[in-house]
Amino acid sequence: MTPFTTLTAIAAPLLRDNIDTDAIIPSREITTTAKTGLADGLFAGWRYTRIGGREPVAGFVLNDPVFRGARILLTGANFGCGSSREHAAWALAEYGFRVIVAVSFNPIFRGNAVRNGLVPIELPASAIAAIAHETEGDPATRLVSVDLPAERLTISGATGYDFRLEPEAKAMLIAGLDAIDLTWRHREAIANFRAADHVRRPWVYRGQSERH
Amino acid sequence: MGRTLFAKIWDQHRIMDLGDGTELVLIDRILLHERTGGVALQSLEVAGRRVNDPSQVFATMDHVVDTRPGRTDATLMPTGSAFIAATRRAARAAGIRLFDLEDPGQGIVHVISPEQAIMLPGLTLVCPDSHTCSQGALGGLAWGIGSTEAEHALATSSLRVRKPATMRITVSGRLPEGSTAKDLALHVLARIGAAGAGGAVIEYTGEAVRALDVEARLTLCNMATEAGAFSALIAPDDTVFAYLAGRAFAPKGELWAAAVRAWRSLASDPDARFDTELSFDAAEVAPMVSWGTSPQHSVPLGHEVPSLAQAPHDTADSHRRALDYMGLHGGAALEGLPIDAAFIGSCTNSRLSDLRRAAAVLAGRHVAAGVRAICVPGSSRVKAEAEAEGIDRVFIAAGFEWRESGCSMCFFAGGESFAAGQRVISSTNRNFESRQGAGVRTHLASPETVAASAILGRIAAPRRLAPPP
Repeated sequence: MTPFTTLTAIAAPLLRDNIDTDAIIPSREITTTAKTGLADGLFAGWRYTRIGGREPVAGFVLNDPVFRGARILLTGANFGCGSSREHAAWALAEYGFRVIVAVSFNPIFRGNAVRNGLVPIELPASAIAAIAHETEGDPATRLVSVDLPAERLTISGATGYDFRLEPEAKAMLIAGLDAIDLTWRHREAIANFRAADHVRRPWVYRGQSERH
Repeated sequence: MGRTLFAKIWDQHRIMDLGDGTELVLIDRILLHERTGGVALQSLEVAGRRVNDPSQVFATMDHVVDTRPGRTDATLMPTGSAFIAATRRAARAAGIRLFDLEDPGQGIVHVISPEQAIMLPGLTLVCPDSHTCSQGALGGLAWGIGSTEAEHALATSSLRVRKPATMRITVSGRLPEGSTAKDLALHVLARIGAAGAGGAVIEYTGEAVRALDVEARLTLCNMATEAGAFSALIAPDDTVFAYLAGRAFAPKGELWAAAVRAWRSLASDPDARFDTELSFDAAEVAPMVSWGTSPQHSVPLGHEVPSLAQAPHDTADSHRRALDYMGLHGGAALEGLPIDAAFIGSCTNSRLSDLRRAAAVLAGRHVAAGVRAICVPGSSRVKAEAEAEGIDRVFIAAGFEWRESGCSMCFFAGGESFAAGQRVISSTNRNFESRQGAGVRTHLASPETVAASAILGRIAAPRRLAPPP
């Protein structure tokens, strides 16, 4: 996972509530068992004029040349609701997004984002609207900066907003850590816990011996 | 102070505190399906890791499989068979029990797990699928995760989790005749909104919840994810124990007796405190139907499409977008709206009791001209049991297509969809834009409302039907 400390980039506004993972990446765009090749399908239903096509819808934010290269997405409440498909996080990351600023996130999507180096930042709707408003005239020069260690977002060195991310997610994003590697250090503790649990709740275990 | 049901299960599975509010939690069961599970197994292999305990892992084929009669590995979705092949190969290599296409145990993951007692009270169960919360109906903690988290659970039998907040939803009284668990789920969603649970784990309780059978409880818990819940659960009781007894993977003999003794302690203590408490009166739950593009957009069947002022969880923009997409306006009547198609299926409403209730509406009647009607049983076992009762013949005689089990047109990963602009009444869980096909307008409802609407060719409650000839 690519570590994240600070980023200064164009912020693209998609200020809708309840953007679901079917909208982020429609099922029909998930055609391989790999985690890649998904960026073109990002927001396909809104981004292209027809199903399976690639002709851009003129009014859609990601098709607007001034937002080309955007790496920060500004959005509404309950972002990433619906299907747990991690393809939504993979598609956003592959497209180039590193930060999603939302009023709130669906819990499964939020976990998927952190596991893929996407920083989920929660700010009030009024703050997100203000950021979109302040940057919209000239997003390429009115860039947004995100300082994850300091938990602060600022617009081209001007208006600033503090945000909070829980310590484990913050640490993993900054170091680009793999969760399995971290947990692997505790494998003996897990095996011991399971052995004791096997005695407490024998009906849970299906008779196969531990393989540690 | 007393503990909640959730806290009791959590404490039993807490391996260690990882600091800063994150805990390492033991995972008892991992379920996989070919859409997201194959990716997880494949990625685990590439990383050179192996499944820690294959006996706790089960896989099925449900998401992209064809559901037309006489199906093979071929799918209408281009490349769908690659997902089937990859999952089959990876499951075999890892030694995981797979319910493949021809297996009598095949079906939608959240239907087959309860029906085979893979899920049990007090267990932690995860699956890379958002509707995993359904299985909390059996009194355990079951939640949806992504593929990367599934890899973590497979490799370590554990997950790093931040303990969620708790929300108790008490439903007093009894559901009126004609109102179902699906209507209750939509009623709750309409009140609290699509983000209303805020990542909390919901405990459903109260007289109306205790009165539900297990299949109805599964329907209720199924839609907790539509409110942004971490999961939902219901304290296990004799109804659950009687349901599980003797099923394929249920403990047997001495172990069963010991398990039931332990399961009886799985209830919130009388003085347990919840972060949020909500109360509902079951008597107020009417047959519901959705009008917009989020499950929170639901109203009683006889009501009109709400105006912006009557839609508490919407902004002016989201309200307008939903109405534009659905081809409706505030104040429009929902009952009587002509439909193009009717769909009965999905992890929400495809179990035997759902099909029985729909069949009772369909018996002696026929689907309206021009309406395409489809029934997809939730599992191969549900299908076989329904056929043994003659339910398939009722559906077919009424003009329904009778399918093989799978997720099918709940979404269109199977490669099939309804046509753009078509209005579909559906027993599923999501009325998102283009969920059932590009431009398709989905109205969520109970199976009996779907059946009645199919007969009349317009959205209608079963009580609107004339007696069969």
